[in-house]
Amino acid sequence: MLDKFRGTQLYKSIFRGGGVPKSRRQRMMVVLNSVFLHLHPVRLPKHAVKLKFTWCMGGLSFFIFLILTISGILLMFYYRPTIEYAYTDIIDLAEQVPFGIMREVHRWGAHAMVITVWLHMFRVFMTGSYKPPREFNWAIGVILLLLTLLLSFTGYLLPWDQLAIWAITVGSNMARAAPFLGHEGPGAGLLAIGDINFITMGSDVRFALIGGRFMGEAALLRFYVLHCIGLPFIIMIFMAVHFWRIRKDGGISTPV
Amino acid sequence: MAETISKESATKDPGRRPPAALGKADSSDQITRRSFFSWLSIGWLAFVAATGGFFTMMLRFFFPNVLFEPVQTFRAGYPDDYTVGEVDLRWKNKYGVWIVRNAAGIYALSTTCTHLGCTPNWLSSEQKFKCPCHGSGFFKTGINFEGPAPRPLERFKIVLADNGQIIVDKTRKFQQEKGQWNDPEAFLKV
Repeated sequence: MLDKFRGTQLYKSIFRGGGVPKSRRQRMMVVLNSVFLHLHPVRLPKHAVKLKFTWCMGGLSFFIFLILTISGILLMFYYRPTIEYAYTDIIDLAEQVPFGIMREVHRWGAHAMVITVWLHMFRVFMTGSYKPPREFNWAIGVILLLLTLLLSFTGYLLPWDQLAIWAITVGSNMARAAPFLGHEGPGAGLLAIGDINFITMGSDVRFALIGGRFMGEAALLRFYVLHCIGLPFIIMIFMAVHFWRIRKDGGISTPV
Repeated sequence: MAETISKESATKDPGRRPPAALGKADSSDQITRRSFFSWLSIGWLAFVAATGGFFTMMLRFFFPNVLFEPVQTFRAGYPDDYTVGEVDLRWKNKYGVWIVRNAAGIYALSTTCTHLGCTPNWLSSEQKFKCPCHGSGFFKTGINFEGPAPRPLERFKIVLADNGQIIVDKTRKFQQEKGQWNDPEAFLKV
């Protein structure tokens, strides 16, 4: 019955190559011919699935990212990023919406992902897996760490409670002191004609981040868009490169 | 042109001529290899300019012309509305300003803590501003004396309008550590 289905045009058009893979080569082609599987190494050495060596932290980070994506999309059906509704919508999500645990899943998942990403980085460092030919993938990983932290930071503001507002007030004040880009940073006065300074409170990098001179609705909306669309889009591109480079750099590194 | 053909004819089959040389040989607006490259570089320059222009637009897009924020300059009533020796809290929530009157005059203090930007509270019993975030303390003058705040609170421009009302302008700030508190606009003599 199954064999008969495998012979149909429908099956063959979906699964390229067709048929049950019988040789090593055919098994390899199954992986290489799938857009999803081809990011993954074709063959796994035995040690690659040893928990003692990998801690599975990279895989767990990706798994948590998937959970965060799904729960985050679900939250978007109820949450409105305005000063009037943001906080009450979070309360509503916890108390009125069925399976209101979804918000807690998203929140605790975010904490967990930051932890697993750090532990993954620690494991890669301790096993020396950052060494050539994997040095480029380490650099990609550092960017992924930064994007993870930025996702955490932007999500922090969205509940719009006192903790969120003041945390982002303090956090975005760091951008004031950015060299050349922040209006209180070193070199801010260089871009000026006479007395007219071009890097001011109304035109520096902090302004671009929070959409105003003070923490307000513009900041909430900007962080919402960055958190839900901008940063996930960028991190997915880097994740695809990260996984693909593992395969290209010779799979998971081998224990000494 | 005839010479070119004869040269080629000498090395190749005399009966065949390259197709490109047929018919088109006389047209002067033919694209040569050399002019192709100059057109190509013009094309690339146009592409780079258009892309650069687009990214400039994208950057400018994030800086709107109109901000829906509290106004930066406001009228704060008459000097007689403020009691000598007291910190006035009426503009704290709306504009982020404390108006303080002492024997000599009036000054407008920013409510932004100079440590990390939280809003301190005025504790009248202890006669100090105390920040709830990390415990910075400031005297009534705005001078910092405890906690992590590295410098005194900022003061805003405070002047009298023609009708005798106080005008506070938050776009002009005066910092004590830069000696700007001596500026006549930083302190309203009454």
